[in-house]
Amino acid sequence: MTVSDRPAAPPSPPIDEVGVNDRVARFTSRSIKKEAKVEALRLALSMVDLTTLEGADTEGKVVQLCNKAKAPHAVLPDLPRVAAVCVYPTLVHVARAELEGTGIHIASVATGFPAGQVPLEAKLTDTRTAVEAGADEIDMVISRGDFLAGRYDAVAEEIRTVKEACGDAHLKVILETGELGSLDAVRRASDIALYAGGDFIKTSTGKVQPAATLPVTLVMLEAIRDFYFATGLKAGMKPAGGISKSKLALQYLVMVKETLGSDWLHPDLFRFGASSLANDLLMQLTKQATGIYPSPDDFSLD
Amino acid sequence: MNDDSPTPPAERRLRLDDGWSYAPAPEGTDHLRVDSSYGLFIDGAFRASSSGETFSTINPATEEPLAEVALAGVEDVDAAVRAARRAYETVWAPMAPADRGKYLYRIARVLQERARELAVLETLDGGKPIRESKSVDVPLAAAHFFYYAGWADKLDFAFPGRSAHSLGVAAQVIPWNFPLLMAAWKLAPALACGNTVVLKPAETTPLTALKLAEIVRDAGLPEGVVNIVTGAGETGAALVQHEDVDKVAFTGSTEVGRQIQRSVAGTSKRYTLELGGKAANLVFEDAAIDQAVEGIVNGIFFNQGHVCCAGSRLFVQESVADELLHKLKDRMRTLRVGSPLDKNTDIGAINSKAQLETIRDYLDVGEGEGAEIFQPACELPATGYWCPPTLLEGVSQSSRVVQEEIFGPVLAVQTFRTVDEAIKKANNTPYGLSGGVWSDKGAKAFRVTSQVRAGVLWANTYNKFDPTAPFGGYKESGVGREGGLHGLAPYLELTAPGAPAGTLS
Repeated sequence: MTVSDRPAAPPSPPIDEVGVNDRVARFTSRSIKKEAKVEALRLALSMVDLTTLEGADTEGKVVQLCNKAKAPHAVLPDLPRVAAVCVYPTLVHVARAELEGTGIHIASVATGFPAGQVPLEAKLTDTRTAVEAGADEIDMVISRGDFLAGRYDAVAEEIRTVKEACGDAHLKVILETGELGSLDAVRRASDIALYAGGDFIKTSTGKVQPAATLPVTLVMLEAIRDFYFATGLKAGMKPAGGISKSKLALQYLVMVKETLGSDWLHPDLFRFGASSLANDLLMQLTKQATGIYPSPDDFSLD
Repeated sequence: MNDDSPTPPAERRLRLDDGWSYAPAPEGTDHLRVDSSYGLFIDGAFRASSSGETFSTINPATEEPLAEVALAGVEDVDAAVRAARRAYETVWAPMAPADRGKYLYRIARVLQERARELAVLETLDGGKPIRESKSVDVPLAAAHFFYYAGWADKLDFAFPGRSAHSLGVAAQVIPWNFPLLMAAWKLAPALACGNTVVLKPAETTPLTALKLAEIVRDAGLPEGVVNIVTGAGETGAALVQHEDVDKVAFTGSTEVGRQIQRSVAGTSKRYTLELGGKAANLVFEDAAIDQAVEGIVNGIFFNQGHVCCAGSRLFVQESVADELLHKLKDRMRTLRVGSPLDKNTDIGAINSKAQLETIRDYLDVGEGEGAEIFQPACELPATGYWCPPTLLEGVSQSSRVVQEEIFGPVLAVQTFRTVDEAIKKANNTPYGLSGGVWSDKGAKAFRVTSQVRAGVLWANTYNKFDPTAPFGGYKESGVGREGGLHGLAPYLELTAPGAPAGTLS
C-alpha cells in the first residue's frame, strides 16, 4: 500500500483526560522486578535514539556519540546496540561514515526543525539533503501553526509531500504535543500524521516543555492501534524528551505491552528519543549484573 | 512498519498475552503480626466468648487458616451492648465534642501509620489485590475518620436551626467486601455524633476489624465506646434484635436487609440499610470509548466485582457496540488474575467458597438463558477460589443474570438505541444504588443522571469514593445515606434549637 492509497483520516474520537490519567496510573503501579526488569532494560536500550540536536554540534561531537552508540559500555560486553543516532542534516555524513555496517540507523531531523516555520520548499530541501547524505530515518515536525489554525488538510498534505521526498527513508512525524493544548488535539494530530503516511509518530522535539508524557503517549498509542485495526498497517511510536530515568522508560514499555501488545515491543516500532536515558539504563543493568550501584562517573558522557 | 503488506482484516490482533511479562512481585508479609487466636473486644479488652466457641478465618487465595476467632453468642452480645450503654452514659455523651474529635483524629493517624500492615492483612483475609487495599481501602478508611473527626464539634452547624443530640448505642453489621473501610464508614460518623458502638464484622473477614479494635484500644478510647463482636448471621441477629440498641446500621445483602427491617418494625430503633445493587453503566456513541472501556473495567472488576455499587449491567449504544466490546475484550486480556499479594495482580481471589459457588451457579444460569460467555485465557492458581473476568453477551432485561446481583467479576452486556431507551432500561431493576454514564456531551450526561433513579451516578468515571459524598440507595438498594453531611443525620436526633432530646423536632 503506498501513501497515496491510504484512506482519508476518519473523524477523531473524543478523549477524556481524567480517564486517560486513570489508565496511566494503572501502568505506573506495575512492579517490574528481577529477570523481567533486566529484559526490559535491555529492550529499552535497544530502542534508544541517541540524540544530539544543539546549535553547538560539531563533527567531533557526532563522532563521539556514534562511538557510544556502537559500544555503550565496555564493562558489559553483550549489550544490545542502540536503535539509531539522531543528528541535524549537516552532520548526517559524519554519522554515516562512523556507523557504516553497524546496523545502527541514522536519523535526521528535518523540515525546519524545531519550529517548522520555513517555506515548504526549504522543508523539502532539508529532507532531501538529509536523505542524500545517508539518513534512513527522517524526523519531521508538523506545522503547528496550520494545525492550531484549523488547516488540517494543509498539515496532512505537507506530511504527504515530505513522505514522498523521503524516498525509502522512514518518516517520523513530530507532533510537538506540548504546543497542541489538549489530548483531543493530540489524537487528531496523530490521526492526521498516520493517515498521511507517517511510519512513526513522535511526541516532541525536545525543545518545548512539556515534552513526552505518559498520558500523551497513551493517546498516541491508541491512535496507532485504531489505525492498525482500520488499515492493517503497523505504525511506530517515539516519545521524545524528558525520559531520562530507567523507571520511567519501563513504565512506557508497560504501557506499550498492555496497549499494543508484544509486536510493538521492538525497535522497529517503538523508540525512545533520549540522550541521558542510555546512561541510566546502563547503570541499572550494571546494578542488576553486579548487585552494586556504580557511580555516574563510570559511564561516558558523550 | 511495512507499507506494502497490510495485515488482512481477519488477522488484525494484538499480541497481548505473550512476549515480555512481569516477574512475580509479592508484597512482603514479615512486618505483619497475626495472632493464632482473637477474642471479642468488649469494654476495652479482648476476651473469649462465654461459650468458648470459635471459628476459623482463612486466606481465600490459599485456603489456609489465618486465625481462630471467638464466636459471640447472645450473652456476649448482651455484654457488649451493656458496655456500650455504660460508656455512652458515663463518658462518651458527656464528653466535650471537641475531645471526641481528638480521639477520631488519633484513630485516623494510626490508620495511616499502620497502613501497610492493615493493607496486607486485608488482602490476606479477604483476597483483594494488594494494589487495591493499599490505594483504596486503607487510605479511604483513614479519610473517613479524618472527615468525621472534623464534624464532631460542629454538629449544630451541620443542621442550622436545629439542635443535634446523640442517639445512644448503635448496632452495626458490616459485610466482607470492604471490611476495614466499612468499619470506618460505620464507626466514624457514629462516634463523631456522640454514640457508642457495637460492631459485627463479617465471619469471613474479621481480622482487620479486630486490628482496628487494637488501634482503638491503643488510641486510648474510653472502655466500652467501641465494642467488636465476631460471628456469623446469628451473632448479627442477636445484636440487631437487642432491646437496648437505639440505632441499627447494616450493609449487606437485600435479603438480610429485609429480615432486619422486619425485626426492627414496631420498635423505636432507627435504621439505615445499604443493600444490593445491579447498576447500569450506560455508554453513548459520543463517549470517549477507550476511557469508557477503562471505566467499565473499573466498574465491574474492581474488588472481583464484590462491590454493591459495581457497574454490573453494561448498556452500549448499538452503533458503537462492536468497537467497544472488541476493545473491552482486549483490555480484559491484560488483566492479571492471581495471588492477591502480588503487586501486579488486578483481580484477586473470590472472598469465600460459598461466594464462588454463587457466582458459578449464576454462570450456569446465564448459559441456560442463552448467554454467550467470554473469559480471557488465564492460568488460575491450583488452590483458592478464583473466577476470571467474565462477559455475558446475548442477554436481555428478562434474564436472571441481568436482574439479580451476582456479586462477582461478571458483566452482563446489552445494547440500546436511544437515550430514552437507555434510561428506561437502567431503571428497569428492583435496585437503585448506583450507575454510570459515558458521553462527551454535558447536556446528555445531566439529563441521564437526573432521570436514572440511583443514589450515586458517575459521569465519565466510575467507583470514585470520597468521605464528603453521600452514598446510599433507592428502592431495594436500601434506606438512608452514609458519608458526607447526610451521613451524620442517621446518628442524630434533631430538635428545635435548645430543646432537649426526646422532644418532637
